[in-house]
Amino acid sequence: MLSSIGEIGLNHYLILSAALFCIGMFGVLMRKNALVILMSIELMLNAVNISFVAFSRYQNNLDGFVMVFFVMAVAAAEAAVGLALAVAIFKRFREINIRFFEHLKG
Amino acid sequence: MEKIWIAILLLSPLLGAMINGFRFRSQNYRLAGSIATICVGISFFASVALFSKLLGMPVESRFFNVSFFDWIQVGSLSVPMAFLVDPISIVMMLIITGVGSLIHLFSIGYMSHDERPAKYFSYLNFFIFNMLLLVMGENLLIMFIGWEGVGLCSYLLIGFWFTDKEKAAAGMKAFITNRIGDAGLLLGIFLLFLMVGSLSFSDINSAGLSEDTGWGMLTLALLALFVGATGKSAQIPLYVWLPDAMAGPTPVSALIHAATMVTAGIYMIVRLNPIFILSPNAMFVIALVGALTAFFAASMGILQWDIKKILAYSTVSQLGYMFLALGVGAFTAGIFHVMTHAFFKALMFLGSGSVIHAMHEEQDIRKMGGLKKYMPITHWTFVMGWLAIIGTPFLSGFFSKDEILWMSVHSPRGSWLLWLIGFITAGMTAFYMTRLMTLTFWGKSRVPKDVHPHESPISMTLPLIVLAVLSVFGGWLGVPHGVSSLLPGHIPHLLEVWFGDLIAPIPGLGKANYALEYSLMAMSVLLAAGSAFAAYKLYTEKESLLAAWVQKAKGLHNLVANKYFVDEFYHARIIRPCVEMSKALWEFVDVGFIDKITYIVSNAFQDLAKAVRMTQNGNLQRYALYILAGLFVSLSFVVWG
Repeated sequence: MLSSIGEIGLNHYLILSAALFCIGMFGVLMRKNALVILMSIELMLNAVNISFVAFSRYQNNLDGFVMVFFVMAVAAAEAAVGLALAVAIFKRFREINIRFFEHLKG
Repeated sequence: MEKIWIAILLLSPLLGAMINGFRFRSQNYRLAGSIATICVGISFFASVALFSKLLGMPVESRFFNVSFFDWIQVGSLSVPMAFLVDPISIVMMLIITGVGSLIHLFSIGYMSHDERPAKYFSYLNFFIFNMLLLVMGENLLIMFIGWEGVGLCSYLLIGFWFTDKEKAAAGMKAFITNRIGDAGLLLGIFLLFLMVGSLSFSDINSAGLSEDTGWGMLTLALLALFVGATGKSAQIPLYVWLPDAMAGPTPVSALIHAATMVTAGIYMIVRLNPIFILSPNAMFVIALVGALTAFFAASMGILQWDIKKILAYSTVSQLGYMFLALGVGAFTAGIFHVMTHAFFKALMFLGSGSVIHAMHEEQDIRKMGGLKKYMPITHWTFVMGWLAIIGTPFLSGFFSKDEILWMSVHSPRGSWLLWLIGFITAGMTAFYMTRLMTLTFWGKSRVPKDVHPHESPISMTLPLIVLAVLSVFGGWLGVPHGVSSLLPGHIPHLLEVWFGDLIAPIPGLGKANYALEYSLMAMSVLLAAGSAFAAYKLYTEKESLLAAWVQKAKGLHNLVANKYFVDEFYHARIIRPCVEMSKALWEFVDVGFIDKITYIVSNAFQDLAKAVRMTQNGNLQRYALYILAGLFVSLSFVVWG
């Protein structure tokens, strides 16, 4: 069944990656809940990770894998900061709506 | 070694100006005056030291040309901060620092009741510094700095009592009138630079410019320089500021407006005499303007009632004599008269200051009279000045003035007409000075009951005495050849010997006819004696006769007493049109056109900024959208670009 679709190649992974990225971006742009936005950002980062891994596998070297570890580390740090901000907003307003970040405007 | 002396000479008054400038609130007139006087005294000492050094040098290399650093270095223009001390400038330096320190000393007593003595002495010291820059500068640019600096100090000191609106206005008048002259001076400097390619005096004087008998570029440049001289040295048509400048403190009038600053124009022409001699037309204009100024200023002096105004018109008139001398090529006689005039006019200004001080700021000679017995020292020193200026034989004014009159006939550049104007002026000079003496010191006392004149303190009479001695004997530096051949010991014309070949000889000067010289001399002495006697009689005994004459020549009297309506003419024909035109330009061009353009431009930017501001609203998701848009645009360049 699977073989009838043919070999799964680089393009399939890239299409998946692009789709995930667009979904994440859509979430970042449209959702109001800060927690969901953070999750969407994670989604975008991981979409990029998929394309890295795919390219790495395609070219038979380790460059992409290395980049993935960096992205993961950055994503972890970003999540920590983002969650801290979300907690601070929640403590102040009892809600985590993204519009409260407008109060940071000078 | 001379570098150090020159530095001390220049910096000492500047230091004094700074010390008194930083403590300008001080009311301690003794301390402020002492600092200032000592600083100028140091300069005088340095000048004497340099003078004695010059005396010990061989004649042909008798100068110091000291350069401290390169000031301007642009293309072919190179202006070093260089100073020239040679026989011409050392004479001026000695006058400036010598007479200057006496006047500083006098000021201590004169300014004793003033509220801001430190400020006054600071300005006075700064003036000395600038005047020294003017005479010592080795190129036209340094001279120009000094030229502007003395103008500034003159403005500050004329308007020193600026709470009086009239005095403040007099300061501005002096400044603006001088500015007109300075524009001419700058043009002259530009033209000379165009022709020679250098601003240094030695380069210009030895550039080998050819004679200009017509109205070529050289004549134009020299006339432009002369316009500058008419401003600073108060000649027709720019003399109007000097009589008004008497609003300042009297020692200022003595220092700036009689002895030093107003002679700057004469000094400048003498400095450049080798090129001035090349243009007979420019020289003729200078001689004519000088002679006319001498005549008209003297006539205006006859009918003034303010003691300082009389002296002011007398100064303008004497400056006219100096320009007459320069115009006929007698540069030595010009500088000689600068020197003797500095002595006797500074003396008389200080004497009038002593009188004004004693009369509690009264300047009207109709309210004086009979002051001889109250102020003997002031009176006797004033008598010396009076004798010197009217040309009493063997006093300083006699030698210098008669040399000018003689040269105006003798020189091929002169003429009998110039001599006649100068001769009549000499008679008028004797008349107005005797009138001043008679009304102030002699005759009946017209002093108001509540004023008690008294002799001034020693710090004021001492400078008077020194200057009186100089007025009497200063003329022996320039005994004419004709007279000296009669005297035992045969004293040469020391000043002429001293200048040597720094002064260009007048081309075509014939041998002196001593008989003619003596008879001209005798004529002017007789004229002076006659008009002095007439003035004395008229103003003591024959006052009714005088009144009758005034009645008879009412129109002429009115014209002269109102100073030929020159101020009114300038006001109506020059100042008013200027003001009207400025008003029109302001209302139509500035408000209606230039302002409107700037408003349109600024409004456009404001509207644009308002529109752009809307994008920065703090909405994070909007920002993210912008980033996306940016990403899309840059990617589309990569893909389709």
